[in-house]
Amino acid sequence: MAELVLMKGNEAIAEAAIRAGCRHYFGYPITPQTEIAAYMAKKMPKIGGVFLQAESEVASINMVYGAAATGCRVMTSSSSPGISLKAEGLSYIAGSDVPALVVNVQRGGPGLGGIQPSQSDYFQATKGGGHGDYRMIVLAPASVQEMASLTIKGFNLADKYRMTSMILADGTIGQMMEPISFEDAEIEKYEKPWALTGHENKRKHNIVNSLYLQPDALEKTNFERYERYKVVEENEPMWEEYMMEDAEICVVAFGIASRVAKNAVVAARAEGIKVGLIRPITLWPFPTKALRAAAVKCKAFVSVELNMGQMIEDVRLATECKRPVTLCNRAGGMIPSPDQVLESIRAAQKGE
Amino acid sequence: MAVVFEKPKALTNVPLHYCPGCPHGIIHRLVAEAIDELGIEGKTIGVAPVGCAVMAYDYFACDMIEAAHGRAPATATGIKRCRPDNIVFTYQGDGDLASIGMAETVHSAARNENITVIFVNNAIYGMTGGQMAPTSLPGQVTQTSPYGRDVNHCGWPIKVSEMLATLEGPEYIARVAVNNVKNVNNAKKAIKKAFQNQIEGKGFSLVEVVSACPTNWGMTPQKALEWVESDMLPYYPIGVYKDRTAAKEGK
Ligand SMILES: Cc1ncc(C[n+]2csc(CCOP(=O)(O)OP(=O)(O)O)c2C)c(N)n1
Ligand code: SF4
Ligand SMILES: [Mg+2]
Repeated sequence: MAELVLMKGNEAIAEAAIRAGCRHYFGYPITPQTEIAAYMAKKMPKIGGVFLQAESEVASINMVYGAAATGCRVMTSSSSPGISLKAEGLSYIAGSDVPALVVNVQRGGPGLGGIQPSQSDYFQATKGGGHGDYRMIVLAPASVQEMASLTIKGFNLADKYRMTSMILADGTIGQMMEPISFEDAEIEKYEKPWALTGHENKRKHNIVNSLYLQPDALEKTNFERYERYKVVEENEPMWEEYMMEDAEICVVAFGIASRVAKNAVVAARAEGIKVGLIRPITLWPFPTKALRAAAVKCKAFVSVELNMGQMIEDVRLATECKRPVTLCNRAGGMIPSPDQVLESIRAAQKGE
Repeated sequence: MAVVFEKPKALTNVPLHYCPGCPHGIIHRLVAEAIDELGIEGKTIGVAPVGCAVMAYDYFACDMIEAAHGRAPATATGIKRCRPDNIVFTYQGDGDLASIGMAETVHSAARNENITVIFVNNAIYGMTGGQMAPTSLPGQVTQTSPYGRDVNHCGWPIKVSEMLATLEGPEYIARVAVNNVKNVNNAKKAIKKAFQNQIEGKGFSLVEVVSACPTNWGMTPQKALEWVESDMLPYYPIGVYKDRTAAKEGK
């Protein structure tokens, strides 16, 4: 049996990052992700790593950019308003094709918003946030175990595809305690011949850069990057299906919302409603194939979200609007009750 | 035949794109000579700014990275913290270092980050076509201060070296100029020292180079150098503003 340890979600991210070989953390304090920084501040100096509290999120992401350019496994973490400030660096990191891990433990917005859990940065994470054409691999943990395993996976994927992996979590999973195991963690290693290490007079100088003043040259980098993204879309979508075998109604939910949704699915099944759940684990690449397949046999979809309806747009796209998709949501840090979701399932069953 | 003048090894063969008479070329050369003389090209990583020197990554022969506008000291911090045995320098203009990147500048200095910062103060935003910089002089006419910089409206120029020297953190803060041979020679010494300090692990060393922008000042290169002497240097006096080691040794 795997050895289990009881951990808070945020701490699980920090510990997993260290196990993944991350020895550099740059961040700026913000609730509700504080435990990540606190854990790093305690651990890093003891294991020869670096924890540095930057003067702002802008500085910390640009520190991450520099560190990533040297080929080190590096991360930062923040929450919604802080991620807005990191957008500049996220764009540079994407344009320079260096790998990094960024954690967003979301809180309600817009503006200063609140400090309660939210999923309202779905658009920001999956559609950009920073300027220019780019993607990030967006991983949405729904348990403390996944906070850990997706962090390790995130580092692996970032290195493999030379891009940012973002852990899109929320305040609830961040604060929640659950028993987890690190035993299955697989740490992958990739060569980084592009890294800035000093050429030691043995090779041509390496340049990490996102500036191309010739439009045809810039276009070429965009097309090449999107070729790489295509491979990610082909190979890396992750999702969980729950009671989908005979489902007529498909609930779609990620992160903490999926746990509420699961309870509602069970309750609806007890009422005889054939309902199942698809839980996207990667929000980008979105599990389009799974949803497209579900659209063949299910008559309606319910998107459960802690926002005003963001993922629902991707559900509609993936199902090519073949079936009605309704929204079951709360916002601002509120969480729907299983009853609210159950009500939405019943309505979908009745074709409402 | 004896070679009397050569391109420093730490510069590539790529032709510089700077305007005729622009001191950016001289300052690049001084940085490269310092790198050559210290024999550190193989382990140096340079950080280019956003500004006229944006393509410095093509000109310096060491490993290079292009930072976001003003963030070079943060990017350099990330590099240095991962690779403390490498030599890391930034090369930044006044808009980059003293306006949009002021927080990164002050905090990397306060942390005594063991990096070398080359700060090119030409009192204007060169790259974007001559707008007012945080270092533009009172009364200076620029594209965005067409009636002259009115300090009552947009405030006073920032004396970066004086300001940073008030911090406990940094090791070495000096201001130099490149408007005549004597000043160029002294500038070279200061730049080399700023790299030497890093090699010795002494910490944050910044050399402010009072430069010129003949194009956007609307002057001939010769006239621009005269203006450096008559207007810039009285406001931005040359000198060593902080030298922790020298102070400790009672020099
Ligand atoms: C975030 C951002 N804002 C604005 C710009 C536009 N911009 C490019 S260079 C520059 C000013 C550069 O001036 P300075 O740092 O003094 O360098 P110089 O060109 O004078 O050497 C500005 C505002 C940019 N590239 N990025
Ligand atoms: S615009 Fe000014 S600073 Fe820029 S290259 Fe030309 S002269 Fe030099
Ligand atoms: Mg300037």
